[in-house]
Amino acid sequence: MESLDREVEDSMLFYEKRANGLAVRLTGELDHSAARDLGSRLDALIDETGAKRLMMDLSGVDFMDSSGIGLVIGRYKRLKRRGGGVTLTGTNARVDRIFDMAGVYQLVDRGERRRG
Amino acid sequence: MEFVNEMRLRFKALAENEAFARLAISGFLLPLDPTLEALADVKTAVSEAVTNAVVHAYPEAPGEIDMRAGYAADGTIEIDVIDRGRGIEDVEKARQPFFTTADGDERSGMGFTVMESFMDRVSVRSAPGKGTAVRLYKRIAPRDEAVPRRA
Repeated sequence: MESLDREVEDSMLFYEKRANGLAVRLTGELDHSAARDLGSRLDALIDETGAKRLMMDLSGVDFMDSSGIGLVIGRYKRLKRRGGGVTLTGTNARVDRIFDMAGVYQLVDRGERRRG
Repeated sequence: MEFVNEMRLRFKALAENEAFARLAISGFLLPLDPTLEALADVKTAVSEAVTNAVVHAYPEAPGEIDMRAGYAADGTIEIDVIDRGRGIEDVEKARQPFFTTADGDERSGMGFTVMESFMDRVSVRSAPGKGTAVRLYKRIAPRDEAVPRRA
């Protein structure tokens, strides 16, 4: 994400408001500890920007467990109520495997993946 | 199982120790020269087991989590994640995909399913009011064994 409107330092979360929704890039380890904080921060950003679609780029995530499922589905439910949804990009095979176990891709759109 | 190496750790049931537990198990298993894939499998399963204990075991105040691990000469590893918390009423039910009692906390209920998927075997013992012990098994092939050999 080259042209960030706002960038939060020392954080797992980079975001940018775009015409078609809110684009966020997550980095680091997405576990229960991180997801608790990220969920409320994403909700605040969604409310603040009034976005209907959340585009989540996970290409910077080095580790994810099932906490990632709750994070994505929680945001999906929130945006679904507004007639929007979630798009996931930058997932690797391991992350896809975890999302597939829970049927996440039946609810959210899958964008570009990454290798490995 | 006869172990050639063993370790024990005790830490507080806090969310910030989930990353610590993953790091600790990775370090312990390094002498086995695991593939990155195998190491990631184990880290994911340990993360799920520790997270379960952090989220569910101690509703009043965080108690302790014990993590014990050992490996045999053939690379079979055994990891125990043990708490002395409130325990699980119905283990079979808890192991079902999407089952969760933590409704307000965005837990997916997929923890045990993920553990089972990434490990060879998962056993759970629990007694209400006494605690829960999760045992994870996996055979880790050394890196040079993981690539197909020429005949």
